[in-house]
Amino acid sequence: MKRAEFVIIGAGPAGLRAAKSLLDAGAKVLIIDRSDLLGGQLTKQTHMFFGSEKQHASKRGIDILKLMVDAIIEHENLEIITNATVVGLYKDFVIGYVKADVYYKIQADSIILATGASEKAIPFENNDLPGVYAAGAVQTLMNVYGVKPGEKVLMVGSGNIGLIVAYQLMQAGVEVVKLIEAASHIGGYLVHASKIKRLGVDICTNMSVKRALGKDHVEAVEIWKLDAQWKGIEGTEETLEVDTICMAVGLAPLTELLQQLGAEVKYVRELGGNVPVINQQFKTSIDGVYACGDVAGIEEASSAMMAGEIAGIEAALSRGYDVENAANRLNELREDLSNLRNGPHGEKIRAGLAKLGVL
Amino acid sequence: MIEKTGVPSKDLIESIFPDKVVLKKPKAIIECYKEIPCNPCSTSCPFDAIHVPEDINVRPEIDFDKCTGCGICVYNCPGLAITVMQLQNGKVSIKLPYEFTPLPTVGEMVNVMNRAGEVITKGEITKVQLTDKMNKTALIHMVIDEIYLHEAITIEVKHGR
Repeated sequence: MKRAEFVIIGAGPAGLRAAKSLLDAGAKVLIIDRSDLLGGQLTKQTHMFFGSEKQHASKRGIDILKLMVDAIIEHENLEIITNATVVGLYKDFVIGYVKADVYYKIQADSIILATGASEKAIPFENNDLPGVYAAGAVQTLMNVYGVKPGEKVLMVGSGNIGLIVAYQLMQAGVEVVKLIEAASHIGGYLVHASKIKRLGVDICTNMSVKRALGKDHVEAVEIWKLDAQWKGIEGTEETLEVDTICMAVGLAPLTELLQQLGAEVKYVRELGGNVPVINQQFKTSIDGVYACGDVAGIEEASSAMMAGEIAGIEAALSRGYDVENAANRLNELREDLSNLRNGPHGEKIRAGLAKLGVL
Repeated sequence: MIEKTGVPSKDLIESIFPDKVVLKKPKAIIECYKEIPCNPCSTSCPFDAIHVPEDINVRPEIDFDKCTGCGICVYNCPGLAITVMQLQNGKVSIKLPYEFTPLPTVGEMVNVMNRAGEVITKGEITKVQLTDKMNKTALIHMVIDEIYLHEAITIEVKHGR
């Protein structure tokens, strides 16, 4: 069986940054990713990032990705396996993955899980009609493959993803008919909301989808007002002519592999669902196994980068590697991370981390 | 209201504008109404006119004495929340960020939008800037009537114009 000292599962912002830390420490690294492209969600993030300059704020996600890949890609200690889906993670640190219908196994010494998250959906009549999408899928179609998902879209959800994808749909020449939100106020950054509102997209709170209409694909959608308990109010229905319903209703950490491994997970609503119980080092309940990025709780890509770097440094230290200036760098990263989570938009993540006992 | 619709109230808008006398020279108008972890407006300013403290969640504060209205923060703001405005002979000269194609052309009369997404007047495009360092956010220079100072915020997007 093939052996690898450090295996990173997932080549998004967290995984790539963890790889950089490990390579800098002199370790050998194997990255496995299910996509043909490195970068995870960064591959489609054409917007400028928030945060501080240290985390490349103001640069576009796709450009940050290029910097991250360029920083490691030529490294002689790096091996990358793409188009490979990890399907099994066993207690003896054997990793099973499938590539081109063939099953392979790797024996790892240490594992960093950076598997990210999957998109949530909401139930409504006809939500299986073609034309009903998750927002991340729409963003991939448009920004990675240059394919318009439709011509007239209803966006469901006013978190940053819903607001940003609505804007990017408009950039692609798609009409965003309306953006609706079940809660009583906008969830994402108000600057993103104002940016689409001033271009004519109405944002309506306390509203949800009643049902999609259409025979073979979405031809219209019925939306309705919600009461304080988020139940639809009869008589408030409104029909919109759209060919696409785009759901941006939250993300759920992809912890299945960790659960198979037997790592302790806990349901923390504020972090998106089941998350691994990790400590300050981003180590799970199993020695030698780390989790960083959205798999450890839904946050921004900037936080995932910092978490990945911390996990990479800690993993290197745990196996006896000498990391230059490790203590200082770790302190700096932890401070930056807590700074990023400090504002009103960080309230949820702070509450979630407190439940995990890592704040 | 802004928390429900994305439209800031009149009071909020007025709170970020300096006195009209100050606007005889071009000044950055920063519409960052809620704390978010972000500071490129401050770090990109070559004149040390915009300040965000160590805690980057604190809203930016602008020193209108130092601001030259250069527009660098306009295309560096990830929220596209900054414009530059100047009052001249009964008109407002505006520099605004724009990320749609095709770009408007100099001399074109375009529909001007308010913060609620309504067309309020026509504006004349006087200059269009898009260099490599602006990284795909163009600066559109436009002139409109002074009465729209607190209302005008962007221009209508016209695909296939």
